[in-house]
Amino acid sequence: MHMADALLSPAVGCTMWAASAGTIAYCSRKVRLEMDEKKVPLMGVLGAFIFAAQMINFTIPATGSSGHLGGGLLLAILLGPYAAFLSIASVLLIQALFFADGGLLALGCNIFNLGIFPAFIAYPLIYRPIIGNRPTQGKIVAASMIAAVTSLQLGAFGVVLETVASGISSLPFATFVTLMQPIHLGIGIVEGLVTAAVVSFVYKARPEILQCVTPAQAAAGYSIRNVAIVFLVASLLTGGVISRFASEHPDGLEWSIQKVTGKEEVEGVKGQLHVLMASLQEKAAFLPDYSFKEPETPKEVTLHPASAARIEAADQTSGKQEKDEGNRLGTTVSGILGGLMTLVLAGVTGFILKKRIGAA
Amino acid sequence: MASINKAVLDLKRLDLLANNDSVIHRLDARAKVLVTCVFILCIVSYDRYELSALFPFFIFPAVLIALAGLPPLFIAKKIALLCPFVLVVGIFNPVFDREVLVNLGPLGISGGWISFASIMVRSILTVGAAFILVGVTGFTAVCQALERLGMPQVFAVQLLFLYRYIFVLSEEGGRASRARELRSCGRKGLGIRSFSSMIGHLLLRTWQRAERIHMAMLARGFTGQFHAYRQSSFGKAELLFVLGWSALFVFLRINNVSRHLGTLITGLFT
Repeated sequence: MHMADALLSPAVGCTMWAASAGTIAYCSRKVRLEMDEKKVPLMGVLGAFIFAAQMINFTIPATGSSGHLGGGLLLAILLGPYAAFLSIASVLLIQALFFADGGLLALGCNIFNLGIFPAFIAYPLIYRPIIGNRPTQGKIVAASMIAAVTSLQLGAFGVVLETVASGISSLPFATFVTLMQPIHLGIGIVEGLVTAAVVSFVYKARPEILQCVTPAQAAAGYSIRNVAIVFLVASLLTGGVISRFASEHPDGLEWSIQKVTGKEEVEGVKGQLHVLMASLQEKAAFLPDYSFKEPETPKEVTLHPASAARIEAADQTSGKQEKDEGNRLGTTVSGILGGLMTLVLAGVTGFILKKRIGAA
Repeated sequence: MASINKAVLDLKRLDLLANNDSVIHRLDARAKVLVTCVFILCIVSYDRYELSALFPFFIFPAVLIALAGLPPLFIAKKIALLCPFVLVVGIFNPVFDREVLVNLGPLGISGGWISFASIMVRSILTVGAAFILVGVTGFTAVCQALERLGMPQVFAVQLLFLYRYIFVLSEEGGRASRARELRSCGRKGLGIRSFSSMIGHLLLRTWQRAERIHMAMLARGFTGQFHAYRQSSFGKAELLFVLGWSALFVFLRINNVSRHLGTLITGLFT
């Protein structure tokens, strides 16, 4: 499931962007330093393969509905965690730009949910230990199944946390979790089945491809430090989420936490990207405040919840409800009318510009 | 099966739009990426019940579509295929949030419906902004802009490879899928068994192809860099573009223009 811009708050969106961008920078360096450059075209072409594979459907046994491959875990098995993460991230970027899956701000969340969990949790901590040094058919099936289910459960939980922390949707946490997790259990089982089937096919046909990420290399390349970094990012993220719950009106706290995370990552991986992210964060940081500062007097009722609630309370205590009723209706009408007017104005501006361009 | 070809065609069409020549197309890609980022951040920074203040932001897509000569209907159609996830999550808002916030005469509108409408408008604006960015810039240029803004080179090269091979591989996948459907006479044989061996073969062919491609590229002197079709620099026009739009977005973010205009109009009649 792809997270979407429309459900995100800038704080959550930028935090996830920082986490994903940091991981991309880290993985790029890893791929450049430790692996042969030959992998770069392979990563790109396998990303394109995932696209092609996602377009082909199959019948899900016993249900009659059709499903397709997700591909994150498959890429991790074929390429190893770092290259696979970059490949998944690039597939998601193209989906965001061309297929409106999510959006540009939500891309950070999507890369985190669909990339980090399969590549850095499910593959090294579940798939590899189960497979061990001597893969067999049974081990491949069991490992793919458990790893796919785990990464999808984590991903779905990530979507829930991000949505609830953003506060745009009214879905309560408990309801959302009970909706998302069972759905993704089903999706995870199907994903596990397909991944197992494709991996065992490759294992039979060309076992040397799977040897490409040899157990020794994977074990050595995957140090405890990387696991620690992933968990650090995750815990900082959780910290941000909890602070959001703690304070009803988000203040400087979460922004400062975010700035701390930003700085820590800059130390770890050099790069202009972080400077950019930091400046973007600062740009965004002064904006949320405005939604809590109403320039109007409290009499003016708008479509704004905070002020509306405040007025509701004020009305009940002072008992001047009737007086405000007309006022409220007036401002509502003017809000709707104004909204439609600006929409028309925007359209007309575009139309006139187009005419003039056409004439010129 | 038809959907595979259609998806690829749509993708091609959107990217071909970037080959047009207009004031907007000629701008440096970095300027367009930055403005799109500011736009999206301004939109998502609104409170969940905000609706009227979002409408003035339609000026950005409208002006860009007009100046760049993009086909408005095509963009609108693409936006109409909104991410279903947003709709599914958004539709729960009216269920859980029943407190009446606005009274239109006898009709009470609950906060849930307002926030649902707000989510939809946000979705249209943010998704539209992404499409327009690709339509006026092109994927290759967006990648290069991101690289010049600090994205690691390995990732950029990998993205460009991915983009080039999407077309080749999805056509190959489409052919294989069609052949399987024709042989499966109804529903038999479309199961996971034939799927996995087909995908497996596609994977093996892809793997060999990638190796051949890389050797061919090395033979022709590939050093890990792609070259741009349009060379551009960040000049005065770009600076004006970024500052102008950003200033407008921040202004619209601080002032609810819709409400002011509405108050003005209703004030005239009362």
